[in-house]
Amino acid sequence: MWKTRIGALLLLIIGAGIGYFIYASEPKLHEGKTVLGQTFAEKFPFKLGLDLSGGVQLVYQADVSSIKPGEVKNAMDALRDVIERRINTFGVSEPIVQIEEKGGITGPVEERLLVELPGITDVKMAVDMIGQTPKLEFMKERSKEELDAYNKAVEKFNADKEAGKPLVISAELLAGPYVATDLNGRFLERAVLEFDQTTREPIVSIVFNKQGSDMFAELTKENVNKTIAIYLDRELGNPDPISAPVVREAILGGKAQITGKFTAQEAKTLVGRLNSGALPVDKLDLLSTQTISAPLGAQALMAGVWAGVWGLVIVAAFLVLWYRLPGLVSVVALAIYVVIMLALFKFMGVTLTAAGIAGFILSMGMAVDANILIFERTKEELRKGHGVHDAIREGFARAWTSIRDSNISSIITAVILFWFGTSLIKGFALVFGLGVIVSMFTAISVSRTLLFALPFSGHGAVVRTLFGSGFFKLK
Amino acid sequence: MFIVKYRKIFFIISIITIALSFYAIATKGFNAGIDFKGGSIIEVSYDKRPDIETLTTALNTAGFEGARIQMAGENDVMIKTRALSEVDRQNLTSTLAFKDLKMEEKKFSSIGPTVGAELRVKAWYAIILVILGIVIFIAYAFRHVSEPISSWKYGMITTATLLHDIIVPAGVFVWLGKEVDTLFIVALLSIMGVSVHDTIVVFDRIRENLRLRISSDFATTVGMSLRQTFTRSINTSLTVMLVLATLFFFGPASTKDFSLILWIGIGIGTYSSVFIASPLLVVLEKWQSKR
Repeated sequence: MWKTRIGALLLLIIGAGIGYFIYASEPKLHEGKTVLGQTFAEKFPFKLGLDLSGGVQLVYQADVSSIKPGEVKNAMDALRDVIERRINTFGVSEPIVQIEEKGGITGPVEERLLVELPGITDVKMAVDMIGQTPKLEFMKERSKEELDAYNKAVEKFNADKEAGKPLVISAELLAGPYVATDLNGRFLERAVLEFDQTTREPIVSIVFNKQGSDMFAELTKENVNKTIAIYLDRELGNPDPISAPVVREAILGGKAQITGKFTAQEAKTLVGRLNSGALPVDKLDLLSTQTISAPLGAQALMAGVWAGVWGLVIVAAFLVLWYRLPGLVSVVALAIYVVIMLALFKFMGVTLTAAGIAGFILSMGMAVDANILIFERTKEELRKGHGVHDAIREGFARAWTSIRDSNISSIITAVILFWFGTSLIKGFALVFGLGVIVSMFTAISVSRTLLFALPFSGHGAVVRTLFGSGFFKLK
Repeated sequence: MFIVKYRKIFFIISIITIALSFYAIATKGFNAGIDFKGGSIIEVSYDKRPDIETLTTALNTAGFEGARIQMAGENDVMIKTRALSEVDRQNLTSTLAFKDLKMEEKKFSSIGPTVGAELRVKAWYAIILVILGIVIFIAYAFRHVSEPISSWKYGMITTATLLHDIIVPAGVFVWLGKEVDTLFIVALLSIMGVSVHDTIVVFDRIRENLRLRISSDFATTVGMSLRQTFTRSINTSLTVMLVLATLFFFGPASTKDFSLILWIGIGIGTYSSVFIASPLLVVLEKWQSKR
């Protein structure tokens, strides 16, 4: 008996402790404090989804068609790192950049990148900062005949222009003097800003990665005494190469320098952009966008919190009025359920969304189910004339199979929901599944310990009234 | 137990509601949300809301023909269009920003048609998988029960009630003209989860009573099991429906429809577990013994 009571006391103390921890970890709610992370508890804030915190969610589709199947994963990892670096330079707090593989069942596998930027509502800025890829291209001279044709076309064009004739842009002119090679910014390892020793002109030194070095060596070997043109963002309205040096000899070792028409500031920006990385995939397409303003998110959050509070109050009132003393015990168990779940959200870093809060509120209703089953069984046993302790013991034992089987089927549902999930649903499924497991512990172990710790035995009138049910006096 | 005795009445009620649901779905059709068919939705708030004509004209001249305009709240306007690119979105926002009005963009989402189609397929897979998973689990959990009817029949009946429990709320939703989105599917799946709880509790009691041999008559056994679990079925549903009601009245706008359909579904789920699933067991048993 005393053992159970000590156990019960411990449970209550632990429950209260977790409750206090959650209270202490959210000073924003009661002190209006805004600088967090000073105390231990404050290091575990609730993670709010975009629909509650406000922000932008962007889903991109990565075009990986030119990448070998075995290397797609590496390319996607590299892509994530690149995008993360780009976002970090803008100082967004806790951005999420995730790779999502879609399809497989419904079609070919598609590589997606999910980007969530809490607190940012300017989509244009977000899209710009993610999509800005400096596209560095290395091009070689066309063959002699083609080059001659091009030069002729240029001469004709200039002559026409001087003579005031109508201007025609021929195919040769459009093609330009250079032809694309496989070497581009994707094979860059890093870029460094340097200054020429004598002229003090800015130089951008680039170092290729292993594969890039080989390609560069090959390219320079083939083009000795010819020019190699280096283009930046050619397709974005920069039709002229930023530099077109003449190759003196084959360059081994994978280093190159770009000198040319830029100021020190421009060179610095270029180095920054090159280092933040060219996209390791062919193309990024924006598939979907979502923005939610911060006030709207805050409003939804408050509504969710209040719905939870009211839900708890109403369920507690119903339980106490209907099931009386055991009802009170199950309310305590429910309170412990709530604090354990909230603590799990914090420690596991579960991202809470409006759907997740709905799932949590629903799970409070379901968590009571096990208790109701047990109490109904206990009542039956009491009616048979058993003493309170025996009746409770029987009640738990007999209700167990129902509780087990019904909860397993709920877990099956939660797992499938999780799989089905977009991030919105994953949150709901996780909360729902966790809720089922935690509620099995609180509704069974916690209420059992608490009930046995109560100083009642036998089946006298007082006991029957306390353990009876219904809104009216027990018949 | 009266439920078993008058089972035909309940069967007829359910058949009629299912037929009505199918009728509603067939005639009105699902009103798919943008996450299922692709498209954009923007919600803006004005200090003084312009009227529909002004908005329609502005949208038409800017090239957003066929945009659906919906007034929301006191000063909000919701506009649905085809899936928009970032450039389109900026164009839309500037179209909506009238010169002498203060406008604030509250919410914007755009979902491409491929994502929508993919989600639709996945939703069907999820529903089918949940049903399959539950049926297999029940057939397994009741594997020791073979007399008088075998365990897989418990599974089959559960499937029937699960379908019942999602078809009727879906029908109600279509009839109400509500939008079918991802949360709708989540709600249907959750309804199945809760409904199967109820069915399992009743079946578990039948399983126990069969073992205890409380009666030689199967119908009586089922009836007694129903009576024994009746209070729990009502009380559990009541608590769940109470919390869902608080979610509906106090909760965020985005989960209002969600809590409504769950509320309807859980009510129907409890009804079907008590009034349909167990009486169906009796029917199956009667058919068997006739043969």
